[in-house]
Amino acid sequence: MADRIILQVTRYRPEDEAQPTFREYEVPCPKEWVVLDGLNYVKDHLDGTLSHRWSCRMGICGSCGMTVNGEPKLTCATFLSDYAPGPVRVEPLANFPIIRDLVVEIGDFMQKLAHVKPWIIRQEEKPLSEGEYQQTPEELDAYKQYSMCINCMLCYAACPVYGLDPKFLGPAAIALAQRYNLDSRDQGEKERMELLSQHEGIWGCTFVGDCTKACPKNVDPAGAIQRYKLKAALAWLKDIFVPRGAK
Amino acid sequence: MNEQPKYTDFHPRWFRRRMSTYWWLKRWSYVMFILRELSSVFIAWSIVFLLLLTRAVSQGQEGYEQFLAWSKNPVVVGLNVISLLFVGFHAVTWFNLAPKAMVVRLRGRRVPALWIAGSNYAAWALVSALVAWLILGG
Ligand code: SF4
Ligand code: FES
Repeated sequence: MADRIILQVTRYRPEDEAQPTFREYEVPCPKEWVVLDGLNYVKDHLDGTLSHRWSCRMGICGSCGMTVNGEPKLTCATFLSDYAPGPVRVEPLANFPIIRDLVVEIGDFMQKLAHVKPWIIRQEEKPLSEGEYQQTPEELDAYKQYSMCINCMLCYAACPVYGLDPKFLGPAAIALAQRYNLDSRDQGEKERMELLSQHEGIWGCTFVGDCTKACPKNVDPAGAIQRYKLKAALAWLKDIFVPRGAK
Repeated sequence: MNEQPKYTDFHPRWFRRRMSTYWWLKRWSYVMFILRELSSVFIAWSIVFLLLLTRAVSQGQEGYEQFLAWSKNPVVVGLNVISLLFVGFHAVTWFNLAPKAMVVRLRGRRVPALWIAGSNYAAWALVSALVAWLILGG
C-alpha cells in the first residue's frame, strides 16, 4: 500500500475569492489514519490556514461531518486507507451554506432541532415527594435508537428534499421528535404532531431513504418519519370517522 | 416550518451551492425519487381511464364497444402499460415502506421487517388472485 495519499480539499476564503476552489495536499497514510487525521496533518504541517471542525475524534460529538468522495461521512470514522491509492476528495457537507473552507453554517439545523420541542413535556408534573419517573427496559427500548443521534447532519446532506427545499424539517429533527414521543414519561405528542404534520414536516419526505444509509449511528431517521406518517394518517382518519363524543 | 429559514439573511459571504439541474442522475436512489414524483402523472391517467370506462359502461352496449375500440389504439395501450409499471413501482415502494412504518412487537421483540413486508406481498397476491378469478373465471 502507498504510504502517502493526495487529499483534494475544498478551500473557500470569502475575503479573497468568490467561489470555492480545490487544493491538493499530500499526506501520510498509515492504516490507522482517518480522513480527519489527514486534515489535521495539513493544518499542523502544511497549511495552517485550513479551517475545519472537529472535536472528539471518536464519533460522538458529531462535528466532523464532511463530504468524502461524494458521500456524507464522519471524517473521524472514515479510514484514509480505504480510499488508497487516492486521491480523496474532501468537501464541506452538502446542502448547507459554506462559511469558510470545510466549515458550513448550521444555524438552520439548530433552529429546527429546537422547533420540535425536544424535551419531556408533562401535562402535570408530579410532586417531587413522589420520586422519579421510572421506566422499564422495554420502555427504554421503545425510543433508545432515536436517542443515539449525535446531530452530525449527515442525513441532511444526504437528503435531496432538504437540498431542494430548505424549509423541510428534515430527518434528524423528526427522529428527535419521535425520540420524545415514544418516551413513556412524555405527554407532548399532540403538541409535536401539530408542528410535524404540516407540509414541511413529515409530508415533505418522499422516502428516498438515503438519510438512513448515511447515518453513522443507525438512528434510521427514514423509519422514524414513515412511522410518523402512519400515525398522522390514522389520527386524521379517526378525526373524520369517529364521532366527537366517542373519542 | 413556515418561516423562511433565517440563515439566508445578511450573510453575503456565505457560499450557497446550487443543486445542478442533473443532481438526480448522481445516485440511483435519487433517480427513483424523481421517477416516483413523475409517476403521479400516470397514476392520475389511470384514474381518468377508469372514470372514462365507468362512463362508457353507463352509456350502454354501444358506448362500451366504442370505448373498447378506442382503448385498442396503440397509444392508449402504450400509456396503460407505462401506467401499470408505475403503479407496480408504487406498490413495491409502499410494501418496502410498510415495515418501517409499522413497528409491531410480539412478546417484547420487534417483528422482523421481512415478515411484515412478506405478509403485505402475500395479501397483495391474494387480492389480485381473487380479482382475477372474479373477472376471468366467475
Ligand atoms: S440521525 Fe444520524 S445522520 Fe442524522 S444527525 Fe442524527 S446521527 Fe447524524
Ligand atoms: S470528531 Fe467528533 S464525531 Fe468526528
